[in-house]
Amino acid sequence: MATPLLEVEGLRVEFRTRDGVAHVLNGVDYHVDAGETLAVLGESGSGKSVTANTVMGILESPPGVVTGGSVRYRGEELLTAAPARRRELRGEHIAMIFQDALSALNPVFTVGFQIGEQLRTRRGMSRRDAEKRAVELLDLVGIPGAKQRVRDHPHQFSGGMRQRVMIAMSLALDPDVLIADEPTTALDVTVQAQIMDLLADIQAERHMGLILITHDLGVVAEVADRIAVMYAGRIVEHADVHSLYANPCHPYTRALLESIPRVDTKGTSLSAISGLPPSLTRIPPGCPFHPRCPMAAERCTEELPPLAVLPSGRSSACLFAEELVAG
Amino acid sequence: MGRYILRRLLQLVPVFIGTTFLIYLLVWALPGDPFAGKCGERACPDAYITRMREEFHLDENVVVQYLRYLGNLLQGDFGQTFSGTSVGELIAAAYPVTLRLAIVALLIEALIGVLAGVLTGLRSGGFLDNLVLVSTLFLISIPVFVTGYVLQTVLGLRLGLISPTVSADAGFGELIVPGFVLASLSMAYVARLTRTSIAENRRSDYVRTAVAKGLEPRRVVGVHLLRNSLIPVVTFLGVDLGSLMSGAIVTEGIFNIRGIGGLVFRSIALREGATVTGVVVLLVIVYLLMNLLVDVVYAVLDPRIRYV
Ligand SMILES: Nc1ncnc2c1ncn2[C@@H]1O[C@H](COP(=O)(O)OP(=O)(O)OP(=O)(O)O)[C@@H](O)[C@H]1O
Ligand code: SF4
Ligand SMILES: [Mg+2]
Repeated sequence: MATPLLEVEGLRVEFRTRDGVAHVLNGVDYHVDAGETLAVLGESGSGKSVTANTVMGILESPPGVVTGGSVRYRGEELLTAAPARRRELRGEHIAMIFQDALSALNPVFTVGFQIGEQLRTRRGMSRRDAEKRAVELLDLVGIPGAKQRVRDHPHQFSGGMRQRVMIAMSLALDPDVLIADEPTTALDVTVQAQIMDLLADIQAERHMGLILITHDLGVVAEVADRIAVMYAGRIVEHADVHSLYANPCHPYTRALLESIPRVDTKGTSLSAISGLPPSLTRIPPGCPFHPRCPMAAERCTEELPPLAVLPSGRSSACLFAEELVAG
Repeated sequence: MGRYILRRLLQLVPVFIGTTFLIYLLVWALPGDPFAGKCGERACPDAYITRMREEFHLDENVVVQYLRYLGNLLQGDFGQTFSGTSVGELIAAAYPVTLRLAIVALLIEALIGVLAGVLTGLRSGGFLDNLVLVSTLFLISIPVFVTGYVLQTVLGLRLGLISPTVSADAGFGELIVPGFVLASLSMAYVARLTRTSIAENRRSDYVRTAVAKGLEPRRVVGVHLLRNSLIPVVTFLGVDLGSLMSGAIVTEGIFNIRGIGGLVFRSIALREGATVTGVVVLLVIVYLLMNLLVDVVYAVLDPRIRYV
């Protein structure tokens, strides 16, 4: 098997706070290749952002501590890489966009300054060339009148346009991996679809690996190639989109899919599953999902199910995965 | 922008008239005879007092007096002392010294305060942080005249590092220690303000974005973090210049600096109302203009603020 573009393996992260140690990531495995989109799904607090931040090397530390696992870019281990090397990779090879573009952009600088900044400081471009390039990028992400708007400040843009600015900025150095952490959650429904289309287009055009973190199951079906479902800091199911929608092989994924309201206008709430996610300071023994699982059996309270690869190439962390896959 | 400034300047007119009238009232309606003790041991002859009261229009209604004063002021005439010296000249001699002292103090408080604030804001809880917290508390709780006399005694009289008093031409070098004394309180405040602001913004999303862009840590802090965190600090510094000038009176007394502080002090003792009024009016003007400047600069620093 060829080395994946970006690979996360057995990643473990704890947050050590005054209230105790929160085991936020408990062995996360996923990978993305060039030209494909991996969607990461899961309830709030399941560790999607923490995983992404750890990959980027922007985990807030303290209180966050990486206690195990591996993050590899083209086979190169990042967790033990020198800070200078990690900095080199950020933006240049792996870029990230965030949920709330208004707070993620610096309020006091023009968008042109912020988009061109990396080109000036890292590519040695002149101020004028960087601005020219910023206009091209703004144009590329579909901002009308890019030339006039390049000297505007973030607050002068609408929410959707701001997210486009953010995307333009992430593309400045032509990264091969783009991590999008809920890029549309803060936006209106109509705008959400536009931004998602834009991301999908850019991903395909540049043959990038896109990691799309989202709550929106509807969107996932359209743009993702594969899906990784997270629960309590682990991937509990991983499959290509069609198999996963057709036949979820983990009770948690089933519950997620059932929780999609039929007629839906305002995104999808994943909290429709009964019960609460476990406290990360005291994750229950055995399968962490067992207190909420309709299929839970005696064994589930004792054995931690590994993320096992099923014959079809998909994987599931349920003790009864084989039965589920059989239908 | 131009219209905004014009509007703000127009708004200053009633404020200016109100404050100056109040000052005039306070100074001239003060009980006590301005001519007591003017003629040595004996009381002044009645003829002299009558002449002076007439010359200075002291028996007229205070509002009429004020309006005459305002009219003269608008023509640049600050009036005369009882002994016939031009108040304008007195101020012109003393003002630059105080301004220099205040600017030295402002530079000291900006440099040391911001530096201490940034270093501690970035790493809260460390040794340096505690050191700065304790020393700023120290500065805040000690009255300025104590800091002044202690530094004067230790550096000037014991160690002989500085001259305990400042010479008549009051050069910048001589003003460093007095400037430090004058700045001490505000410096502590600037340090704390910067520290809080840095610590708050350090966790902000745009700083995270800057890191995710692969910028050097120096650039993340020096460009992205600092620019946002200093907005409240710059505002404070601007307004503080006015306070430093009026606060200079104590420092000037300690180091025998011939600025407006000393002038006001002597004028109050001698009941020279014209001089007191003139100096305070000038301070008010500086204060109002600095406030306007701060508002304009604020809007430049933070593009989200609009001129309305
Ligand atoms: N700086 C931090 N300090 C302490 N705990 C944190 C910190 N950041 C995240 N956590 C904890 O880590 C857990 C996972 O957070 P994370 O942000 O990855 O969730 P998420 O899956 O992205 O959720 P959401 O869908 O709400 O974005 C949460 O329980 C959260 O409380
Ligand atoms: S292992 Fe047991 S508790 Fe966990 S998901 Fe499977 S059936 Fe449910
Ligand atoms: Mg998140």
